[in-house]
Amino acid sequence: MSMIHVSTTINGDEAEFLCDPRETLLDVLRDKLALTGAKEGCGTGDCGACSVTVDGRLVCSCLVLGAEAQGKSITTVEGIAEGESLHPLQEKFIEYAALQCGICTPGILVATKALLEKNPDPTETEVRYWLAGNLCRCTGYDKIIRAVMDTAADLRKAS
Amino acid sequence: MALDDKKNGEFKVVGTRPNRPDGVDKVTGRARFGADVSAPGMLHAAIVRSPHAHAKILKIDTSRAMASKDVKAVVTRADFAEGLEGDDLNVLENVMAGEKALYDGHAVAAVAATSPLAARDAAKLIDVTYEILPHVTDVDKAMAKDAPVIREGAADKSVPPGLHPNVVRYHESGHGDVEEGFAQADLVIEDSFVTEAAHQGYIEPHACLAQLDADGKGEVWCCTQGHFNVQKICAKLVGTDASQIRVTASEIGGGFGGKTAVFIEPVALALSRKTNRPVKLVMSRAEVFRATGPTASTSMDIKIGMTSDGKITAGQGTFRLQGGAFPGAPMEFTAMCAFAPYNLENVFQVGYDVMSNRPKQAAYRAPGSPMAAFAVESVIDELCSQLGLDPIEVRLMNASKEGTKASYGPRFDRIGLVETLEAAKAHPHYSAPLAEGLGRGVSCGFWFNHGGETAVTLALSEDGTAALSVGTPDIGGSRASMCQMVAEELGIPYEKIRTTVADTATLGYNEVSHGSRVTYASGLAAINASRDAVEKLCGRAAAKWGIDPEAVYWDSGYAKPSGPNAGDFEPLALADITKNMGATGGPIVGHFEATPEGAGVSFATHIVDARVDKETGKTSVERYTVVQDAGKAIHPTYVEGQYQGGAAQGIGWALNEEYIYGEDGRLQNANFLDYRIPVASDLPMIDTVIVEVPNPGHPYGVRGVGETSICPPLAAIANAVSGAAGVRLKQLPMSPPRILEALDVQANG
Repeated sequence: MSMIHVSTTINGDEAEFLCDPRETLLDVLRDKLALTGAKEGCGTGDCGACSVTVDGRLVCSCLVLGAEAQGKSITTVEGIAEGESLHPLQEKFIEYAALQCGICTPGILVATKALLEKNPDPTETEVRYWLAGNLCRCTGYDKIIRAVMDTAADLRKAS
Repeated sequence: MALDDKKNGEFKVVGTRPNRPDGVDKVTGRARFGADVSAPGMLHAAIVRSPHAHAKILKIDTSRAMASKDVKAVVTRADFAEGLEGDDLNVLENVMAGEKALYDGHAVAAVAATSPLAARDAAKLIDVTYEILPHVTDVDKAMAKDAPVIREGAADKSVPPGLHPNVVRYHESGHGDVEEGFAQADLVIEDSFVTEAAHQGYIEPHACLAQLDADGKGEVWCCTQGHFNVQKICAKLVGTDASQIRVTASEIGGGFGGKTAVFIEPVALALSRKTNRPVKLVMSRAEVFRATGPTASTSMDIKIGMTSDGKITAGQGTFRLQGGAFPGAPMEFTAMCAFAPYNLENVFQVGYDVMSNRPKQAAYRAPGSPMAAFAVESVIDELCSQLGLDPIEVRLMNASKEGTKASYGPRFDRIGLVETLEAAKAHPHYSAPLAEGLGRGVSCGFWFNHGGETAVTLALSEDGTAALSVGTPDIGGSRASMCQMVAEELGIPYEKIRTTVADTATLGYNEVSHGSRVTYASGLAAINASRDAVEKLCGRAAAKWGIDPEAVYWDSGYAKPSGPNAGDFEPLALADITKNMGATGGPIVGHFEATPEGAGVSFATHIVDARVDKETGKTSVERYTVVQDAGKAIHPTYVEGQYQGGAAQGIGWALNEEYIYGEDGRLQNANFLDYRIPVASDLPMIDTVIVEVPNPGHPYGVRGVGETSICPPLAAIANAVSGAAGVRLKQLPMSPPRILEALDVQANG
């Protein structure tokens, strides 16, 4: 089967790959580019563990084809930290124990960062509905919601 | 090892809330889970699964698949060990079907190819000819006279004569005379309850990477709750020696009991042996639902008698559990947990383990107990309601205490049920006014907890730091609590300790991470290994000072002479001793290898406020409080996390989650859209109260906390729904259609 050549930008770096027309962006990230931070929990867009942004828009990378990355700018969990320092969301998630097993954490961090960029002052209900597409089976969401609300407050104070 | 007074309640590190040691890996995406690794020359595998609930396998034709240049091997049952018996044979039957496919999703063949897509394509080219057999998926129907037999001769000796061959195990327990007890009651309520199977719902599908060489040496990387168990089972199923297979546990993306079983690792090993290449095998979400363990589904009858002032005079329960196509539904746990919270003179319970054409049930957080609590605590609530009694007062009046003869036999040691009930009664939630349209439910729950085979080592480094190796996969932050306990004992900072989940070549056998055992058993082991290392450190100090080792004691990170008679020496810090250890006797390593048996049982009391929309039938949980006895909370934040997670899973099981089978015996909702676990917008904040009644069987008093938290929610929510909607739901989940039906029956009869 003939492969498609794709040029894209991932976490600010230029990247090229060949992919099967059926391969998803998630397959490409994990299997071709060794960026295994995005996880496949369902492959049907129901769990959000594969969340990334494409040109700033939050998507499930399991529902985007690898070929669609052509010319786009993609951010994954690997691109959230800034140099040596963690993003404030990452710091707060550790401090609040907003993860137990950690499999949903990359997707939740990507989704939350996208939320706070859109809406720096969300209500608890807005956070809960924004994250309704990101399943977490361990925590019951309590500590996640608190971590997000408190990070948002810290970021507002800092800006 | 018993609760000791060494600490006298004075802890420096235990009870604090440090950041988990694996936190940075987890928030940056660097943590490596089951599917996150690859190997040079690796092939990808896919499994062919039965589309039928029950069928004879007449022929497997691999020719179309093997014709593809991308396909390197196909395995069927013929590629696994022969002559296995008992449980080993059952595991093999489940991993790869033999003569019959026993459920929709049962593995019948597997293929290895050069890419995941090629493997998936090839799986579709394997032609399996089936002869479809009659099937049964419901527990009561599977026990009925005319039910198809899943497997002749599967029943053990416990089953009384005259029952259907699908009833494979039987249990009864209790004491006193229930008929006499019912005669003493002012009110007796008898009712029947049903719960559907729920899946553990971990977000990470099963995944492994395996290599097996022609000489029988193998390597496995996989997500599992117990890699030593994977090693043992793989060796048997592929026919090699356990010691020749080294298993490394990946980070694990949730388990909740469901990753204590083995499904894919032996398949990947068999494909690797046939191709002489490493093989990666990752389940899809649909495969996880169709072929890995949900809970048992149940059908239960409960009868309880109560006096008009609230004393329970007798309790009786019959628990029928469907556990899929193999023996093992945890009906004895259901029976034994049902009345455990209560001090009853007369109690009797019966359990049936029933096979059906469903995937083999797997453990799910306190396996069997939540269903029992749903049935028993619903009846107690109904008794309280009809007699006009306060549900917490009634539970306090009947609560099991230290010395109570448990409903399942032994006398309780020190336990904390009364303390959880008192804390619940005093909690502002319980006295808060109830808004119009809301119902408030209360329930207790019980779980045994477990010890199990445990081995750890604690190696000290020259620079005075310590490396703890444990054999229990970290399923929720346990490496933090391990580091805390070692820091407490050695008297060095938490950050100076690193805990690693070591592979099977590094430690003695460790039982799987189940039974809420990790912080209890591996924690006890870490404490003991630390004390072993401390003894050796004191010995080195004694040798240096030329005094008896008994004249040296350890205090906050220093070896000190025990008094004026021992001599006057400057205390030696841990690093002062380790820096020369090569010359003073060699490496200093603390050990612990044993089977701790003092896991203290655990109780919880939950309070929930729920609203029922009578137009749509939707139930919303508006306030939730968990009160549970932790014995001693090592890392309180992670204890809270266990309480909240258990409550959330219980809410899902109570309100939405269920396996739905069609008339054809196929699972109809094998995805997260149709099998809907709670999402963030479904839940309120979940308040927690940590009660600490020390477990006499642990040096610090730790009780396991992971499982008990899922026991009360099913009943607590049912009791709240009863208050809110005015109808009592006796079948789970209380999904909108069931609520609407119950309201309709109430209105129109």
